[in-house]
Amino acid sequence: MTVLVDADTRVVVQGITGHQGTVHTRQMKLFGTQVVAGVTPGKAGSEVEGVPVFDSVKDAVAASRANAACIFVPAPYARDALLETVDAGIRLAVIVTEHIPFHDMLVMYHYAREKGARIIGPNCPGIAAPGKAKVGIIPNVVFRPGRVGVISRSGTLTYEIVNGIKEVGLGQSTCIGLGGDPVVGTSFVDALPLFQADPETDVLVMVGEIGGTAEEDGAEFIGQHFTKPVVAYIAGRSAPPGKRMGHAGAIISRGKGTAETKVAALEAAGATVARFPYEIPALVADLVKQQARR
Amino acid sequence: MVKLAEWRGKEMFRKYGVPLPRGAVARSPEEAESLTAKGAVPLPCVVKAQVLAGGRGKGGAVKFASSPAEARAAAASILGLEFKGEVVREVLLEEKLAIGHEFYVSFTLDRAARIPILISSAKGGIEIESVDDAAIDRQPVHPFPGLTSFERRRAARSLGVSGSVAKSLDRVLGALWQAFQAEDAELIEVNPLAQVGDGVVALDAKVIIEDDAAFRHPEYAEIRDDRTPLEEIAREKEIAFVQLDGNIGVIANGAGLTMATLDVLKEFGGDPGVFLDLGGTDDPNKVTEAFLLMAKAKPRAVFLNIFGGVTRCDTVATGLVAAMKQVPASDRFPLVARIRGNNEKEGIAILEAAGITATPGLKESAQAVVAAAKGAA
Repeated sequence: MTVLVDADTRVVVQGITGHQGTVHTRQMKLFGTQVVAGVTPGKAGSEVEGVPVFDSVKDAVAASRANAACIFVPAPYARDALLETVDAGIRLAVIVTEHIPFHDMLVMYHYAREKGARIIGPNCPGIAAPGKAKVGIIPNVVFRPGRVGVISRSGTLTYEIVNGIKEVGLGQSTCIGLGGDPVVGTSFVDALPLFQADPETDVLVMVGEIGGTAEEDGAEFIGQHFTKPVVAYIAGRSAPPGKRMGHAGAIISRGKGTAETKVAALEAAGATVARFPYEIPALVADLVKQQARR
Repeated sequence: MVKLAEWRGKEMFRKYGVPLPRGAVARSPEEAESLTAKGAVPLPCVVKAQVLAGGRGKGGAVKFASSPAEARAAAASILGLEFKGEVVREVLLEEKLAIGHEFYVSFTLDRAARIPILISSAKGGIEIESVDDAAIDRQPVHPFPGLTSFERRRAARSLGVSGSVAKSLDRVLGALWQAFQAEDAELIEVNPLAQVGDGVVALDAKVIIEDDAAFRHPEYAEIRDDRTPLEEIAREKEIAFVQLDGNIGVIANGAGLTMATLDVLKEFGGDPGVFLDLGGTDDPNKVTEAFLLMAKAKPRAVFLNIFGGVTRCDTVATGLVAAMKQVPASDRFPLVARIRGNNEKEGIAILEAAGITATPGLKESAQAVVAAAKGAA
């Protein structure tokens, strides 16, 4: 096990018979992932991309020993799909589905947490460890095995940055797309300890966005506990001020959440902050060179 | 998100049994007069502009009336006002109550802690941002048991109330919590929640309903936000569309990539005006729709920044060339495209053959589109 997924990861795809489910089952297999089962209620006995389909997650786990789930189920049914996954004993679920109401996600998050399961997402591209496994939808083409870890709140921007790392001749250990929803199963502070503990990661790239305080909280962890070099980028520096979430929102964020506060917190924690995404690969390459000299 | 006007928020509160002043909505001075003359709204009354912005009292958007004629005059002076960019089309008339202490209560989401939170303060009636932090109580509410009796008692204690007022507050907190969950609210805020006699009454209501839960709330579908007509079309096509004052249009897939694109354009002196985020998709049909929508916004130049995931770049490029042909000649604009991912070279070749500027670098393409926008000026 490196960070959450490895060659022993066995994936069940929920919503496998839908368009996205089918397309990405194929892509995950091409990546080298063991996709061992699919679930779509009422479609038991069929096959998608050579993967057997079951009516329930419980049946799928019993037949395939799946230990991770990738959820493509439409938003109105996603809450039930996740609860079913956790109930069937799966302890890692990547939720790709977007537009899940946050009240649903609150229930999903707390249910999973109490059962000791981890959610990545929702509305996220998932997780990939090149040469080992991918659970999610990050394009295969951007990856190459290496020693740079990536944690990001973005989707396509992550692809862009991971691709940039490949283009300067480096590769990635594990890349996690956390998702940009108000409530996510795994936040920067949850993912950072995994990379700190991962012997295959030498340098970490952290990609954040304006809004919320996840980057500030991550920066605090980096300052106190993270010993590997970090390159960070915050998207949205020039974005117009968003619509505020009423007065209560301001009370909770207490002056945090802007690009300035995030950049300042990360710099104070010792991270190198890129101003633009295209600066990241060179900054990473420099840090890798410095490490090699030590 | 759907922000409810005060009267709609209160109408929703009523379903959950939150005590409210007696009142009614008027859309003309005549209606205000007749509602008070008939006794539908007891006199003396308050006449409040129904706008979403705060600070109405100070801004002259709240008046008092003690006769039907005064109610008519108050409504006449408020209706049609432009208040912080919103035109007042409705006023809420409510009986003027003899109020005692004013409290603040709200339920919202604490994103970082991933838990709902009850915020309360004994210093209600003023903007909560100006209240000293020590006078604000924050209590997380676990979604499974929901708001429990002991948590409600704790809130009452922190607000310093007891006896029948505490009982009334207890019922109101229970009702608001129920509404927060059942209505899929992002925010329910009552400021002030005022003591009237031996109970509490919600004098204001600020409610925001989450968009993602729209599938189970058809009742809010008709309430439009402050969206422009183009933003409305975009919403129907599930494309995130934001219109501002700049002159460069940006089409990208994914919020992060869109924001990063804006950052880079600004850096090179560009003035991005319309952002169109296709979401995580690189579906050529969606690119075409975005394109036609963009043409309607009449930008000086457009920057298309797509990272191809599953779809190949040549497929996206072919779709793009076809879409450009559908744009009426009068609405055409200079286009700079940056398409990365699978079959990138083939995609760029197709675009160049069709006379569209295409470069793989973000920096170079941003500079090109800024120059194009200035050239077209």
